[in-house]
Amino acid sequence: MDYIIEMLNITKTFPGIIANDSVNLLVKKGEIHALLGENGAGKSTLMSILFGMYQPDKGEIKINGQPVKIKDPNDANRLGIGMVHQHFKLVGNFSVLENIVLGAEDTKMGVLQLKEAREKVMELSTQYRLMVDPDSKIDDITVGMQQRVEILKMIYRDNDILIFDEPTAVLTPQEIEELIKIMRKLAQEGKSIIFITHKLNEIKQVADRCTILRKGKYIDTVDVSKTTAEEMSEMMVGRKVQLQVSKEDANPGEAVLSVKDLCLKTNKNAQKNKLNNVTFDVKKGEILCIAGIDGNGQTELAYALSGIMPISSGTVTLNGEDISKASIRSRSVKGISHIPQDRHKDGLVLEYSLEENLILQEYFTPKFQKKGLLQFDKIRENATKLIEQFDIRSGQGPITTVRSMSGGNQQKAIIAREITKDPDLLIAVQPTRGLDVGAIEYIHSKIVEQRDNGKAVLLISLELDEVMNLSDRILVIYEGEIVGEFDPKQVDVKELGLYMAGSKKMEVK
Amino acid sequence: MQKKTSNLHAKFNAFVSTEGFKSFASSIMAIIFGLAVGFVMLIFANSKYAFDGLIALLTGGFADGMKSLGNVFYLATPIIMTGLSVGFAFKTGLFNIGGSGQYLVGAFVGIYISATWTFIPSSVLWIVALAGSALAGALWAFVPGLLKATRNVNEVITAIMMNYIGVYLVNHLIPLSPIYDSTRNQTVPPRSYIPRAGLDLIFPDSSISASILIAIACVVIVYIVLNKTTFGYELKACGYNQNAGKYAGINEKKCIILSMVIAGALSGLAGGLAHLANTGKYISVVDVLPQDGFDGIAVALLGLSNPGGIFLAGTFIAYLRQGGFFMQRYGYVTEVINIIIATIIYCSAFSAAFKNILTKIKSKKNNKEQKKVAGEEK
Repeated sequence: MDYIIEMLNITKTFPGIIANDSVNLLVKKGEIHALLGENGAGKSTLMSILFGMYQPDKGEIKINGQPVKIKDPNDANRLGIGMVHQHFKLVGNFSVLENIVLGAEDTKMGVLQLKEAREKVMELSTQYRLMVDPDSKIDDITVGMQQRVEILKMIYRDNDILIFDEPTAVLTPQEIEELIKIMRKLAQEGKSIIFITHKLNEIKQVADRCTILRKGKYIDTVDVSKTTAEEMSEMMVGRKVQLQVSKEDANPGEAVLSVKDLCLKTNKNAQKNKLNNVTFDVKKGEILCIAGIDGNGQTELAYALSGIMPISSGTVTLNGEDISKASIRSRSVKGISHIPQDRHKDGLVLEYSLEENLILQEYFTPKFQKKGLLQFDKIRENATKLIEQFDIRSGQGPITTVRSMSGGNQQKAIIAREITKDPDLLIAVQPTRGLDVGAIEYIHSKIVEQRDNGKAVLLISLELDEVMNLSDRILVIYEGEIVGEFDPKQVDVKELGLYMAGSKKMEVK
Repeated sequence: MQKKTSNLHAKFNAFVSTEGFKSFASSIMAIIFGLAVGFVMLIFANSKYAFDGLIALLTGGFADGMKSLGNVFYLATPIIMTGLSVGFAFKTGLFNIGGSGQYLVGAFVGIYISATWTFIPSSVLWIVALAGSALAGALWAFVPGLLKATRNVNEVITAIMMNYIGVYLVNHLIPLSPIYDSTRNQTVPPRSYIPRAGLDLIFPDSSISASILIAIACVVIVYIVLNKTTFGYELKACGYNQNAGKYAGINEKKCIILSMVIAGALSGLAGGLAHLANTGKYISVVDVLPQDGFDGIAVALLGLSNPGGIFLAGTFIAYLRQGGFFMQRYGYVTEVINIIIATIIYCSAFSAAFKNILTKIKSKKNNKEQKKVAGEEK
């Protein structure tokens, strides 16, 4: 058999953990090879080794059967390895063409030669059906097109091995379909693709084979067509996982949160409102989900409701009380919990220990302080309880610095803190972002549990699977306006996608 | 028997790997490094007496027994206070470079109150004067704090400007006020001094006073505020991550202002403590920023912003200064002595770098041991 990439018995240790423990990865020429694993399973480490960013402690890498040493990303490039990062590395105010040639420019006497480059780009673009406009600025084009630019960048450099790091995370359903077509086309043309993901249905759709890692160990490489999604997820997590959230029908009561004609500007001189006349209710015992593509006002909505950003006009009512102008602290005390979108920016003090972070919302209550002095025994007790209850894993338990914890466990810490506050309204913004199947399952079950306890849940999510799975009612947000209201049982992902992209709109009242 | 020693060994290992020990060891390493560089400078300045000079520098703090030691504590008091000021601000995410200005206005107000408020009995007047010093320093730091909190102006710039405003304002006010000694162009002596509190019995003939006790009390209070109170929890949370502080409903603007005000009060108090200690210290009307404020930065760095560490660092630097006096015996001029002390302080600021090195060595050792264990298993 001829493999284009052979990574054999790769072992890489970091102080305290074995990130890769004799991992094998064999990729055939022209195949789409999925790399599946939970967070911290060692996918990124393995790819960083292949891309030359880390050196393995043990093991061997062969490209086209030849043993190679990849010392840095330049070596990787020379060997034809290219990577599309999860967060694109493009220059916003450069044109598409300029971005593609950046770093591989042809110059004559120091003058940039773009003409030939343009021809080559256009040729590649038609050959691989990667439609781009070479003269548009990156800032002006859609995320889907930006991704195509990233792919063209790799092909322009004659890379034969393409690594896609979670490429679908930022795309709409329509764009995902497009991407899958492109990947198939690339494979047909003889490119080999490594596809890092944790979304099983995408693997089923596009990949030929799949290598599964778990906790740094190599589990298996399977033929995707002969393996079910359930089997793969079981191999990934190490136990049976429920992919569908099981929940009873919602039993909504009266409204907990009422938002009326809410408008918000990020600064006084902004032309456009970030949120425009947003009106909705969240009722007791329901999960209301706001779906939309990133950057359509979701962040601002969460900030406006929790009080972090002041609103320009409109009212916000919690349990019949007007809280439009209330402070963050008073909203929190009155019963709003907020799982923020960016756990590092807002949700955690990374330099603080786990136990200190677990009291961030309640350190001032009599539970944890007496006459202004922190009650360390109570704080420890609280941490020990939550760590056990929510299965938060860390190196040193309560005294672990949160910075050193994995993303999933950091998120669990936030969720533990916000849920145990026993709120009337739980605002969860992308609560499972970047988390693995096991953690997602757990967090979803906790959110449903909140609903079943009669709490109101406002879920703001970019993941349509999550939206369809969890919600009892869906609102679609587009450019700061609510453009559609749906019952998840009566709508499909494609229809939602049209509303999310702004091509359809309904009057919502 | 063997078990006992291995037990001790394990205990020692556990102690060695604590964060506190690492900090301490790294500071010691930085000091040794600084002394080595200082020694080289001594050779350059006067190679003949370099060794004697170094000995004098290192033993000067004990040269006259308890008297010298008492003077060490006297010299340490103000820089411990300004060190605390800088360290406290550091811990809460701010850089208080305005210690000098705060120190100077603190000193001025302290002397003014102590010299002119004759309606208060002199037995308690020094307390009022010190309170005035702290208030003045707090006010001087309030301005940068307010601007940082409301207008997001970098506190370094505003604090430096406040330093100069402080110097020129004090120089302007002294000649206009009753505390001016026009023949000497300096301030008159205060009327009420900080008491000796019996310390002169332990350290006879030295300049020591209860100032050092007040400084120690401040060290303890700052430690408690930072580590044990909800207030300190809020200040540090905002210092580490302002967004998270805001998200948790902490008034982050108030935190910034209060941090600066407390830091300023500590520096202001430093000025009061230095000038009310009955050692003949005065403010002379010259356009120079007092050194003690900037020394606080070095003290805080060397002490890794930790109150206990700041106490040790301040005492250490004062010890070197005291030793420096004795170097004059070997013909070293004060300028050279100051350069050498400055070099040592400068190198001491590498303690953070040494801490990193220590952590690396430790993890390498661990790796080796792990490998060894793995090898034995095979």
